[in-house]
Amino acid sequence: MAYQIIVCGGLAPDPLQTLEPVTTPTGPGLKNELMLPNVFDPWAGHALYEAANLAKNQPGSTIKVVSLGPKAKLQQVMMTVAQKLPFELIALDGPGGGFTDAVSVSKALADAIAAIPGFDKSQALIFGGWESATRGAGVVMQMVGERLGITEQFLAVDELTVDPDGALVIKERVEGGKHQISKCAAAPAVLAWATGSLPEPPNHPQTGMANMRVMMPALQKAKPTALDPAAIAYAQVALPAVTRQTRIVKDVPAADIAAEIAAWIKQ
Amino acid sequence: MNTDPIEQKPLDADIVCVGFGPATGGFLTTLTRGLETIDSRAMPGLPPQVLCYERADDISFGVSGVVTRARAIKASFPDLDTTEIPMAAPVRDEKLVYLLDPHGATRRPALMQFADKVIEALSGLLRVEHQGFAVPFCPDFLHKKDGFIFSLGQFNQWVGQQVMMTGLAQIWPSTPVSEPLIENGKVAGVVLAADGTEVRAELTVVGDGPIGPVGRRLDEIVGMPEGHKRDEWAVGMKMVVDLPEGVDLPEGTVFHTLGYPEPEIFGFFYVHPGRVASVGIFVPSWLESPVRTAYRYLQHFVQHPYIWRYLKGGRMRSWGAKSLLESGRRGEPQLAGDGFARIGEGSGSTNVLTGSGVDEAWLTGVQLAEGVLELYREGLPFTKENLEARYVARRRKSWLEAEGQIAEKARNGFQRGVLQGFLGMGLAGMTSGSLSVPRPAKDKTPGRLEDFYIGRLTRSQIDTIRLRCELESEPLHDALMDACGWPKIEYDGQILVSHQDALLMGGKVQAPSEFPDHVVIRNEHVCDDCGEKMCIEICSGEALHIAAEKPAGRPGFDREKCVHCGACLWNCVHENIDFCAAPGGLHSAEN
Repeated sequence: MAYQIIVCGGLAPDPLQTLEPVTTPTGPGLKNELMLPNVFDPWAGHALYEAANLAKNQPGSTIKVVSLGPKAKLQQVMMTVAQKLPFELIALDGPGGGFTDAVSVSKALADAIAAIPGFDKSQALIFGGWESATRGAGVVMQMVGERLGITEQFLAVDELTVDPDGALVIKERVEGGKHQISKCAAAPAVLAWATGSLPEPPNHPQTGMANMRVMMPALQKAKPTALDPAAIAYAQVALPAVTRQTRIVKDVPAADIAAEIAAWIKQ
Repeated sequence: MNTDPIEQKPLDADIVCVGFGPATGGFLTTLTRGLETIDSRAMPGLPPQVLCYERADDISFGVSGVVTRARAIKASFPDLDTTEIPMAAPVRDEKLVYLLDPHGATRRPALMQFADKVIEALSGLLRVEHQGFAVPFCPDFLHKKDGFIFSLGQFNQWVGQQVMMTGLAQIWPSTPVSEPLIENGKVAGVVLAADGTEVRAELTVVGDGPIGPVGRRLDEIVGMPEGHKRDEWAVGMKMVVDLPEGVDLPEGTVFHTLGYPEPEIFGFFYVHPGRVASVGIFVPSWLESPVRTAYRYLQHFVQHPYIWRYLKGGRMRSWGAKSLLESGRRGEPQLAGDGFARIGEGSGSTNVLTGSGVDEAWLTGVQLAEGVLELYREGLPFTKENLEARYVARRRKSWLEAEGQIAEKARNGFQRGVLQGFLGMGLAGMTSGSLSVPRPAKDKTPGRLEDFYIGRLTRSQIDTIRLRCELESEPLHDALMDACGWPKIEYDGQILVSHQDALLMGGKVQAPSEFPDHVVIRNEHVCDDCGEKMCIEICSGEALHIAAEKPAGRPGFDREKCVHCGACLWNCVHENIDFCAAPGGLHSAEN
């Protein structure tokens, strides 16, 4: 079975940077947001790696990534992501970050997907992260599905296999550290991924070069996408309190590390 | 799109650049402005295919807070508005400050100690405050008063985004280049470290800095010009700090410092917009100490009363280190050959008298791009002869060359002693290079511990410290500095943190798992007879360390801690270290 796999994925500030919420004239933002390097949202990244794996096992499948963010940042991030696996980019030039409104974002993404030339809903698997690393609203993928009329939706997915008869077998995280396994007869479906089980692929420069031949034009003509700034108002934003005590160790058994952490928590 | 794996085959391009720093930024900025009307020679019908490969994981992960007159940068961007570039500001207030020694622990020559006493005695008259004497004038050759303060990472990001938005050049981060591709005695492109992909190009632009593997390999292949050597270096180490409440130094404030934490170590303090400051030091290769440690010295520097009054209560945002090639024009390699050209710091463009390198590097890139565009328009190939006529000749006629010649001998005196060094710089600066202190027949080299500490520590004290450090797998510098009277560092968890916390909180250092170790000890037996192991002492990230699991004293390497400063390369007196291409390193965009 060949699928049209569409991965929704935005940008997130590199989580290693110093992040500090501030109030700007247009609402909450991050201090020095312009200067923060961005990465492809890690949750969406898992979805993308799983998409590549599925496409490899389902000949004829295609991968398209729909990404909303400032065009210059999208371009910068894609220079890294494009080296990991072959895909086509649909770039939407608009605001990114954690303070955008999920309803507006889902509309922009769904409209872009519906407008893909040759989009065939009957073959569509809409992938994304189960939440974003920037805010973690955890609702965008469901709303994208609703807007596209796709009602088979799976959240916090860790595994997808395709039965010989073409049915999708999906493992979702549920309460209590357990998984729920569902069987979906066929596409279309929305899969909002948790971590999956695949590592980040290493960079492959030739893949990057091949991708960029079509990505550069896509970025050049990225559709300007405005979101409704009045759609959401934030009363207050803050970072969670963090306590940091660092010690660098090497070759220490995991059990020893766990014991030390447990002792530290008990203090 | 087909998702099948892509077949491994050489990539074809017109121009391939190695390293994305200010030189390549200048090159690509200038080149892309003139490319639209030019046809690719590799892929006729298209514009020239221009690729740039950067080792670091993002184009903003450079390291250098920089104050620069920005003459060449301003020529490229006549309407430059610094508010477009985060952390950039015009220079407003610039001071040269002589720092007295608050602890009596530095190694000051007798004449300097006498000068200190005079300054202290006349402190009211000289307006000495917080043990710092602001020299009433900043020599003309040092000033940057019409220039800018930048974070190099942010500047690179700003330039890179503009270049890529033209669609005429691709800048690939996280893509180290292992070596040049040599065919029939010519450079035919590069080999990528990730998978050995050959990227073929008519022109290879080498801007991978002084420790870049491509530049170093080319030096081996084509040799250095007669009389040219790369034998003067420094480690620049800095932190970016959120200034505490109540400190209202205006953005654009610049201090250049000398005198502390050792007379040979210069320091800097720049105030960026948003109450953020860059503060750091340069530890030069002519510091004779065999236990050079930039991190410990940086901690003492930031605590000097003149600096600490502004930093106390602040918070480290970022930290980093890099090697600087301080040989200046004397370290200039073959600038062009068949199929290649060298630009930037690795091409010997840094001016060691004015302490300026970024703008000079930018200019070399601009000059090469102008030459390349001429050659394209005239349909001429990128031969050594043509590149020398269009690039090297341009460089020779420019202020870069004129000022490089003035600076060429300016630091000779430091090979004799610190006071002779200052005298030499002054002479060269004041006489436009006509006068200088002659270089001694034999350059200074780091002494043995026992010799360096004569009069301060006994041989038995050193033996005891050495044994203890070896048993505890610790470097020597902290124990030796403690024993010599340097106060211990009292961590505050904000600015004064352990070296490892600086890596995590400031440098955010990363090492991708799929690459092998990029620092390799060629022959470990050589290390057995090395008494000082300067590679360990200088290591900016404690990546090179005494390995408990190896025979006594042999270094181990943790690439997860390496910031890719390359200091191990020039500090191993046995030339027993290979420094290979690899991604990773610093993940801070603020350096």
